[in-house]
Amino acid sequence: MTDSEAHAQDAGLVHQFENLEQQQEADFLGIWVFLVTEIMFFGGLFASYAIYRWLYFAAFEAGSHILNAEIGAANTMVLLGSSLTMALSVRSAQTGNRRALVFFLIATMILGAIFLGVKAYEYDQKFVEHVVPSLDWAPEGEVLARLAPGGLGHAQLYFFFYFAMTGVHALHMIIGEGLLLWLVLRARKDAFTTHYFAPVEVVGLYWHFVDIVWIFLFPLLYLIGGRY
Amino acid sequence: MSTATLEPQPRVHTQRNYLNADYGWKSWLFTVDHKRIALLYMISVTFFFIIGGSFAVLMRIHLTEPQGALVQPETYNKLFTLHGVVMIFFFLIPSIPAVLGNFLVPLMVGARDLAFPKLNLLSWYIYITGGLFTLYSAIAGGVDTGWTFYTPYSSTYSNTQVTAVAIGVFITGFSSILTGLNFIVTIHKMRAPGLTWFRMPLFLWAMYATSIIMVLGTPVLAITLFLLALEHLFHVGIFSPALGGDPLLFQHLFWFYSHPAVYIMILPAMGVVSEIIPCFARKRIFGYKVICFSSVAIAVLGFLVWGHHMFVTGQSIYAGLIFSLLSFLVAIPSAIKVFNWTATLYKGSISYEAPMLYALGFIGLFTMGGLTGLFLASLATDVHLNGTYFIVAHFHYIMVGGAVMGYLGGIHFWWPKITGRMYPNAWAALAAAIVFVGFNLTFFPQFILGYLGMPRRYAFYPAEFQVLNVMSSAGATVLGVGYLIPLIYLMWSMRYGPLAEPNPWGATGLEWTTSSPPPTENFAEIPVVTQEAYAYAPEEAAGD
Repeated sequence: MTDSEAHAQDAGLVHQFENLEQQQEADFLGIWVFLVTEIMFFGGLFASYAIYRWLYFAAFEAGSHILNAEIGAANTMVLLGSSLTMALSVRSAQTGNRRALVFFLIATMILGAIFLGVKAYEYDQKFVEHVVPSLDWAPEGEVLARLAPGGLGHAQLYFFFYFAMTGVHALHMIIGEGLLLWLVLRARKDAFTTHYFAPVEVVGLYWHFVDIVWIFLFPLLYLIGGRY
Repeated sequence: MSTATLEPQPRVHTQRNYLNADYGWKSWLFTVDHKRIALLYMISVTFFFIIGGSFAVLMRIHLTEPQGALVQPETYNKLFTLHGVVMIFFFLIPSIPAVLGNFLVPLMVGARDLAFPKLNLLSWYIYITGGLFTLYSAIAGGVDTGWTFYTPYSSTYSNTQVTAVAIGVFITGFSSILTGLNFIVTIHKMRAPGLTWFRMPLFLWAMYATSIIMVLGTPVLAITLFLLALEHLFHVGIFSPALGGDPLLFQHLFWFYSHPAVYIMILPAMGVVSEIIPCFARKRIFGYKVICFSSVAIAVLGFLVWGHHMFVTGQSIYAGLIFSLLSFLVAIPSAIKVFNWTATLYKGSISYEAPMLYALGFIGLFTMGGLTGLFLASLATDVHLNGTYFIVAHFHYIMVGGAVMGYLGGIHFWWPKITGRMYPNAWAALAAAIVFVGFNLTFFPQFILGYLGMPRRYAFYPAEFQVLNVMSSAGATVLGVGYLIPLIYLMWSMRYGPLAEPNPWGATGLEWTTSSPPPTENFAEIPVVTQEAYAYAPEEAAGD
């Protein structure tokens, strides 16, 4: 088979690759390298978090106890569910089941949106409790009583990390929602075949990565110290 | 011949190539061809080089007099800051990878393009966007923190455009991440049949090592600047002692990227020199595999030495000892390269074409820069030299004497391939000599100034330092002329230069097997590689 025949037969093959297999390998290596950069990106945040948590443990523990761990746990389950539906989307793409692919992609989007909605509610609660660093920092009553022993300045650092880390995570979720929408639109146009499904798998890997970040964020932010 | 020299050469590039495949601004701004994107980058980095260079000119004029000849001290602070920011983030880091790397990586691996051409174009737009932010900040009042953005200059006590510059550098970081990602995937997955890892040209090994640093280091700079911007915008943050934060954490995070970034600048230049030296010595490179591994070793060790920027910050003395030891280790792979280049020259049939002059200049200046780096890696001498002009001289020997010489050498080496035209070799050789002389006159006096104790970043200095400062400023003038001449004759050559053959230097490497300039698809047929990278002396190779 000549080059041009191969290109004509393989929908989705772009000109710089010889065949779909090479293209798929390049796509997969590309997303893995990208995820490595993401690990380094979050790594700077996690390293800084680790230092201050070690220095100011009491304040971090007190700050953590202001958060609602039940809501956080429920949200974690929602996100894990979205990873399941994402994995099923990839499976559906591999088997060429377009209806299932679109269904599971939309399910993933809905679960992601629920997660973001709950996150927005939690952010709003922080304004109600006046524990937003700089913008609305005036804890009072019971919240103040719980935060004061660890030092209010250090508690503010804790909430700085809370907003920075969950904020960057949420931004990644929003980008992921956009990517999922792009996949849904392409899948509805029947762009994917059992040979060409790399975009679904690439976005899937991204989505799982963002989930894994949350798996670390949840215990690090919500479950500091013995709570129960 | 003599009557025809001033007329444009007949346009015998009748053959389709990437330059005449399409015309109009859209065909350039929306191109996904790696060769055209390389040219977009070449124009952009030249623009930023001129901007950054003019800041340096103003500084050198100012320093001709002990009280300062030109500007207010505040302005002087902004000049050295913007000179550093523009030169490092917008010229040196993208220079060789984004211009020569973009052009050559697919040609050298024998592929039709990089793995992700659209990401490649995106990286250029990201770079331009970041550059515009930085230019905006320069116009809107500048920034005076030094290119290192140390807190609390950049947070609590800042009164300049820190946020705009931080955002500019943050954005531009993603362009180098995308470039690095593209190179890694291309080198892994798109090598032509027969092109094994140990048949790859050393330029590819250098690009690979550079890409690893770009991919691992740049995200850390991004998150650091993100945290800095948060702190600057909301006046709350982890680098502020007000809440128990630590300004030194910023330095740790910053140098975790910015020390490896030095190797983003120098490794590609080493790759260029490794191509030029065997070609003009007509000899296979000495110790090929050792040079491959030394590139990777520099990339890895480079991540473990950031603390040597912080010897006098109050970092633990034991941490200082370890960082000092590790910094000395970096000297080993660097010296291996220098020895291997000189061993390659030994008994070679050397010809002194312009690229070779730059490469030889590189070896000398890089050796000076590297050896003076050891002064600074030693704890005791660093206490004396830290924060003086000795540092300034040291890193300019690496970055200007090393990286810029490498870039110019590479431009001259591959210019016939890039444009399909030859430049006047006599002018090029003259310019290389002027650059070498001007460079040494500019920066060697700064070693002495620093050793005598003149601190960097001051707008004034004691009168006894004037002679050396005037020498340095005079050298900068010569250096400026040396940079201007290539700009003129290279542009001249694009129209009037004689047409280049596919392989004017008789060099090895897949990029020389295709026409000059190459067609859009690079190769009519994907080539098959059957031999080592530097088969300049086949009889020797056979006996190996």
